Amino acid sequence: MIKSFRGGVHPKDSKFYTAGKPIETAPLPEVAVIPMRQHIGAASIPIVKKGDLVKKGQVIGEADGFVSSNVHASISGQVIDVGSHPHPIFGKCEAVVISSDGKDEWLEGLPLTRNWEELEAAQLLKIISDAGIVGMGGATFPTHVKSTVQKDKHVDLLVLNAAECEPYLTADHRMMLEEGPRIVAGVRIAMKVLGVEKCLIGIEDNKKDAIEEMTTAFAGLPVDVVALPTKYPQGAEKMLINAVSGRIIPSGGLPMDVGVVVQNVGTVAAICDAVTRGIPLIQRVTTVSGGSIKAPKNIRVRIGTSFREAIDFCDGFLTRPEKIIMGGPMMGMAEPNIDIPIIKGVSGILAIAKGEANTGKEASCIRCGRCVNACPMGLNPSMLSILSERGLYEEAREDYGLFDCAECGSCVFACPAKRNIVQYVKFSKAQNAAAKLKENRG
Amino acid sequence: MVDTTMNDKIFNVSMSPHIRDNESISKIMWTVIIALTPAALFGAFNFGYRVLMVLLIGMGSAVLFEYLTQKIRKKAITIRDGSACLTGLLLAMCLPPTIPFYMPAVGSFIAIVIAKHAMGGLGFNIFNPAHIGRAALMISWPVAMTTWSKMTTGVDVVSTATPLNILKQQGYQKLIETFGSAPDMYQALFLGTRNGSIGETSTVLLLLGGCFLIYKKYINWQVPVVMVGTVGILTWVFGPAGLFTGDPLFHMMAGGLIIGAFFMATDMVTIPITIKGQVIFALGAGILTVLIRLKGGYPEGVCYSILLMNSITPLIDRFVQPVRFGLRGEAK
Repeated sequence: MIKSFRGGVHPKDSKFYTAGKPIETAPLPEVAVIPMRQHIGAASIPIVKKGDLVKKGQVIGEADGFVSSNVHASISGQVIDVGSHPHPIFGKCEAVVISSDGKDEWLEGLPLTRNWEELEAAQLLKIISDAGIVGMGGATFPTHVKSTVQKDKHVDLLVLNAAECEPYLTADHRMMLEEGPRIVAGVRIAMKVLGVEKCLIGIEDNKKDAIEEMTTAFAGLPVDVVALPTKYPQGAEKMLINAVSGRIIPSGGLPMDVGVVVQNVGTVAAICDAVTRGIPLIQRVTTVSGGSIKAPKNIRVRIGTSFREAIDFCDGFLTRPEKIIMGGPMMGMAEPNIDIPIIKGVSGILAIAKGEANTGKEASCIRCGRCVNACPMGLNPSMLSILSERGLYEEAREDYGLFDCAECGSCVFACPAKRNIVQYVKFSKAQNAAAKLKENRG
Repeated sequence: MVDTTMNDKIFNVSMSPHIRDNESISKIMWTVIIALTPAALFGAFNFGYRVLMVLLIGMGSAVLFEYLTQKIRKKAITIRDGSACLTGLLLAMCLPPTIPFYMPAVGSFIAIVIAKHAMGGLGFNIFNPAHIGRAALMISWPVAMTTWSKMTTGVDVVSTATPLNILKQQGYQKLIETFGSAPDMYQALFLGTRNGSIGETSTVLLLLGGCFLIYKKYINWQVPVVMVGTVGILTWVFGPAGLFTGDPLFHMMAGGLIIGAFFMATDMVTIPITIKGQVIFALGAGILTVLIRLKGGYPEGVCYSILLMNSITPLIDRFVQPVRFGLRGEAK
């Protein structure tokens, strides 16, 4: 039986640019700009000041509360500034800027060797928390928060999100091919932390080699690889869980409500590094691709390296890009320029050429129903966009499930009138949030 | 090579998603026009080349009125998207071949200016513009709208009435006699060598166009199947000589049912947005068609039944929404 979900769309996967390219290590940045907000939750508090010498792996920003995350130096060198700097999501954000000394020296005692099987779940969780690990698929939710099972919840299943349903992106794909042992160890540690006996790995069937590789790597373990049809958004949490396990997260609920925690391929690899070798999250694998990139690559790159350096490592631009995107083309964020740092959640850097983007002038809705058929959440995107246009934000929330929308963009992809439905939805959500805030204050 | 040091401009930062399907409104509209073309051209072959003029006037005036309306309202000119042309074509295809040349233009005016742009333009009209245009002409010039020509190709069919007219006024026996025999009648209805509106006669060519649109996923097969099926079942059940004595095949192919079910009841702007809603719409349109044909004063009821169902489309949409993921049927 083919496991999937209702709705969805079939964009060209465009993975041919980099799917066959082994991960290359990008050169060290001359200057690393390391923002204090690379995760969902409170910004970290910088604990170094201008002039300090730091080593690779040293904590430079401390988590501010539980839902926050540590930030580490990704290179050794001298702190040349602590202040506001460009940020790919927030525009500007407090960051620690380190000028490389070129030595790339580890903090004393790193890396170490540790046998994780001797450690208790609580100790493992502490290590993950200290290492500043966040969801590396792009959502950047702190992993230690996600792995802490609330008292009233019971978790019995770990799902490894290896769908990589976003077009162009191949970082997870390459990691599965090249770094099987890291992923296996990471998954086993994550299972121990959660206290679950079972793990399911969802991989889209456009990555047959990864399915084979993972099936072999996990042989003999209570871990099953599930081949999923290639359909966007197969990697969306609710769709993925539904496809691999048949469980349905209720509207407004979280995976934990159905006993599941989802981790991404990059995240479990980072967990493995932190637990077995004491290495915090200071680098990641990302895909640099798109029609405007001269030599698209999968690269392992230090956090704080600029988009410009990453693109230069891929021989620069072939043509002037129409758009620069952080993440995938369906849910990623368009960036106005490339002088921004790579942060923990950068799953891809895309330079989309004119013609690849296929934009068009927005028209009014002709009610063709393509969005309704495409919506994996069973919403009526046409109506949501029209209600937003007319300022009926409350009706959108009350009657049309506004907050169920995961902003996957399937509706916009399918829309022949080129309507920016996701934009309308985001606006409606913001208006509802503002109204709620006002109500609470009033 | 363009190096990364260029920083002449910032890049485009519009919202995700950054890639789109290459469907567009104009692609949909022009494809529907192409799907209608064989049946329209057959009309010219069937009724003489005069009707080509009618078709051209219908399309041309519709485009012209759209241009003028948008010019006067100082809106963007969207005549290239094909929607006005399609409305004009559909309208002309639903007119009798002998219609005076000015009437399609008047119909286009009503369709485009009143039924479409007065409602807010493409996407906002409640009623199918082509059908509103036809209904207005029907009320204004009932004689011209029901005067049928002799066909140029009819072998021995010299009647100047449509099959549905004959059925209404003279009964089923007379209808069979007119065509010679029942098989002859079915053949004429299927191929289109019968009297009727310009573009409605050829069942086979309309089916061809309709299937093409289903294949292109521009219309849902459920709509024509349910509408035509409803008409077939009901006309069979409520036959002239008591229950289960009707002739469903005749009713399914006669009049404007095929063109209506495939090209009017599937007009995305004026029908419900969910497939479930569309099935309700098609069912209602089928029932009303039969009601008008069998019990009403008019011989044909496709146009009015679709217009009536158009009027409750917002109501259907209100109550028939897609099933939300994870809602488990509990209170919303």
